[in-house]
Amino acid sequence: MATETANPPRARRSAIPSMSVLGPILALVILIVIGAALNGNFLSAGNINNVLSRSAFIGIIAVGMTFVITAGGLDLSVGSMAAFIAGLMILVMNAALPSLGVGVPIILLGMLVALIAGIVAGMLNGFLITTLGIEAFIVTLGTMGIYRSLVTWLANGGTLSLDFDLRTFYRPVYFDGVLGIAWPIIVFAVVVILGEVLMSKARFGRHCAATGSNEHVAHYSNVNVNRTRMLTYIMLGLLVGVATIMYVPRLGSASASTGVLWELEAIAAVIIGGTVLKGGFGRVWGTVIGVLILSLIDNILNLTDLVSPYLNGAIQGVIIVLAVILQREAKAKG
Amino acid sequence: MTAPSVLALQSVHKSFGPVEVLSGIDIDLRSGEVLALIGENGAGKSTTMKILAGYQPATKGKILLDGKEVRFGSLHEGEAAGIVLIHQEFNLAEQLTVEQNIFLGRELRRGPLLDKARMRALTRDYLSRLKCNIDPDTPVSRLSNSDKQMVEIAKALSRDARVLIMDEPTAVLTGSEVEVLFEQVRALRAAGTAILFTSHKLGEVKAIADRVTIMRDGAVVRTDSVAAMTEDDMATAMVGRDVSALYPPKPDLPADGSVALRVAGLTVPGRAHDIGFSLRHGEILGIAGLIGSGRTEAMEGLCGLRPATVATLEIEGQPVTIRSTADALDQGLCYMTEDRKLRGLLLDKGMRVNLTLQALARFGRVLIDRKAEDAALSRAVKDFDIRAGHGDVLVGNLSGGNQQKLLLAKVMQSEPRILIVDEPTRGIDIGTKQQIYTFLRALAAAGKAIVVVSSEMQEIIGLSDRVLVMRQGRIAGTLGGADITEDAIVRHAMGVGADTDERAA
Repeated sequence: MATETANPPRARRSAIPSMSVLGPILALVILIVIGAALNGNFLSAGNINNVLSRSAFIGIIAVGMTFVITAGGLDLSVGSMAAFIAGLMILVMNAALPSLGVGVPIILLGMLVALIAGIVAGMLNGFLITTLGIEAFIVTLGTMGIYRSLVTWLANGGTLSLDFDLRTFYRPVYFDGVLGIAWPIIVFAVVVILGEVLMSKARFGRHCAATGSNEHVAHYSNVNVNRTRMLTYIMLGLLVGVATIMYVPRLGSASASTGVLWELEAIAAVIIGGTVLKGGFGRVWGTVIGVLILSLIDNILNLTDLVSPYLNGAIQGVIIVLAVILQREAKAKG
Repeated sequence: MTAPSVLALQSVHKSFGPVEVLSGIDIDLRSGEVLALIGENGAGKSTTMKILAGYQPATKGKILLDGKEVRFGSLHEGEAAGIVLIHQEFNLAEQLTVEQNIFLGRELRRGPLLDKARMRALTRDYLSRLKCNIDPDTPVSRLSNSDKQMVEIAKALSRDARVLIMDEPTAVLTGSEVEVLFEQVRALRAAGTAILFTSHKLGEVKAIADRVTIMRDGAVVRTDSVAAMTEDDMATAMVGRDVSALYPPKPDLPADGSVALRVAGLTVPGRAHDIGFSLRHGEILGIAGLIGSGRTEAMEGLCGLRPATVATLEIEGQPVTIRSTADALDQGLCYMTEDRKLRGLLLDKGMRVNLTLQALARFGRVLIDRKAEDAALSRAVKDFDIRAGHGDVLVGNLSGGNQQKLLLAKVMQSEPRILIVDEPTRGIDIGTKQQIYTFLRALAAAGKAIVVVSSEMQEIIGLSDRVLVMRQGRIAGTLGGADITEDAIVRHAMGVGADTDERAA
């Protein structure tokens, strides 16, 4: 009896992982198979590079969102925040152009502005949510409106464009890479690896899960709940800054329509990946799969004419709901 | 003995997967009679009650209602048959008012609209029968635990229950509230209701029950009239071994033992004022007092869990400042909460995560050493005799006793030199209590200083070398040695102690 209970659970676990682990991976594999069957170009290096580069923005933000949601929070402001940071970055770089000229220093200045703006925006959300104790949904709904309006105002209702010479100089940050892998993909990969280690192996990840699972228990267990939450928002703001640094060289402009609905795509990716929306459990690798599933659907619809690409949103919606139902079933059984 | 049987189970079996939790239960609830169901945690009492109330189907066996076999398809059918189960964890909608809760799902209507006036009047009537004067319009979230219990009972009254099943109704009540509850139970009994309740307090069983059914390991070991059994008989039948030595013997403490903790002028705004005491190595200090007397708040304030001011705070003779739990733990001072489910343990996580949460820094500065965690869990399971089927069971699925042992193991991970335990045995069985008492005494013998906060008089008396009694946020008296008697504690707690000043240290 003793040996029976000691060994088989471990053996069983490694043999057949639960549906909540397997589900997202299976869905991704099925999508890849479908994509490859429908279009020969699907698995070409060019297409893969393209899909991954486009996923990188949402992906980098979604990694941060995973921590926020795991700790029991939510951030609706990230899309607007990205647009605002992009606008700010462009304004600062254009303004500094006469004195700094086209070169590495001005790019570094732009990056610094993006990172600092992201951190400050994250701190603001975090301060309102933790110190003042306002509901995360309400705070970030408010800041979402504020950033969106600010970028519209900065652009005077139109588009903020990076100086042409600067844009040409900055372009490689999105379009070039190392060994044929684009920079956004490399940055995304680094963020994911750091995020996964932080979530599953570090104290901070454990503290996030404890805070989201039951903040009273966390408080009584020597977890600084407010600091943990604050750090998740700051981290998310920083990652929005990183994503914007990758995004600006792609189009070289920012407008009121930049980053619209990014927040919902990021949250959707987090949920598809198996993180629990009400907090307490999160996994970064799942979020990556969620991001890939969402962008592959988009990509497949664009490559084939089987289904109208206008139905993209509908299919993504079905996938999100399906993912949550499957995970609930798995939880009930386990 | 000829009262008609209202609800009965006959050779009922219940299995969850391959695990059989009930094996052939016979139980019989009679009209106008109070039946106590007692047994250790995990003996199968909760499952038995759920089957009786129709919350869960039996795997095998018969449920007899008025002698006829029935099968409850859902708990609504159970309620329709007049069977009401009051859960240990309250089943109240926190955001709704008292009145809305009492009539939830059975709202009275006049035409298409709610008849609020009548519902409110009826609610007032039920509450006044319970001598409970809360406003029907108060949201339940603002009530104390004992008031919530009263609302649950009022809810049962409103349903004209023929059978009332209560899972540990007195666990969260104060002495006088228990009396009010018992009065109601007697009134219901006189009106012909069949009542079943569980309790870990055998004194209550003696006081209120007519018959008692004792369970052990999923089977009924004895059913008898209460008059025929002493409390010792009951305990022995429950545990299956003699538990007369519930409390370990108190050793003689050297009078000049070194002081581990000295507190003076500890004030938690609105909750506790000017608390002062000292605690020596090897000593167990009991803190008694009524619920709401500020015991928990004072200890939480001391450990940095809530805002507090303190005039003097010395640990090992050194003045220290404690502003957060981290400060307290750094000083070797650790508090174990009274509420293991809401403040103590993450119920949706496994044992490993819970065990190491408080002392996570000991398992790696940045990255967590999983091997060290696993080793700590194996050690804790062995040292604290935590009985869980396998290592990755969710903590919420453990029995109360095992949860409590895990909680104790968790606070010990930070290796405190001064340990404050709050209600260390609330709602757990007598066998586990004995293990916890033995453990606490062994810790003291190893030179640790221990504070035990408890509402259970016997526990305070049996365990403490010295007792502080709190009343209305202040220390009402200090008792030591032979002076630690139930009478003296009650006098101080109620504010009728004549010689408070002389004894206060």
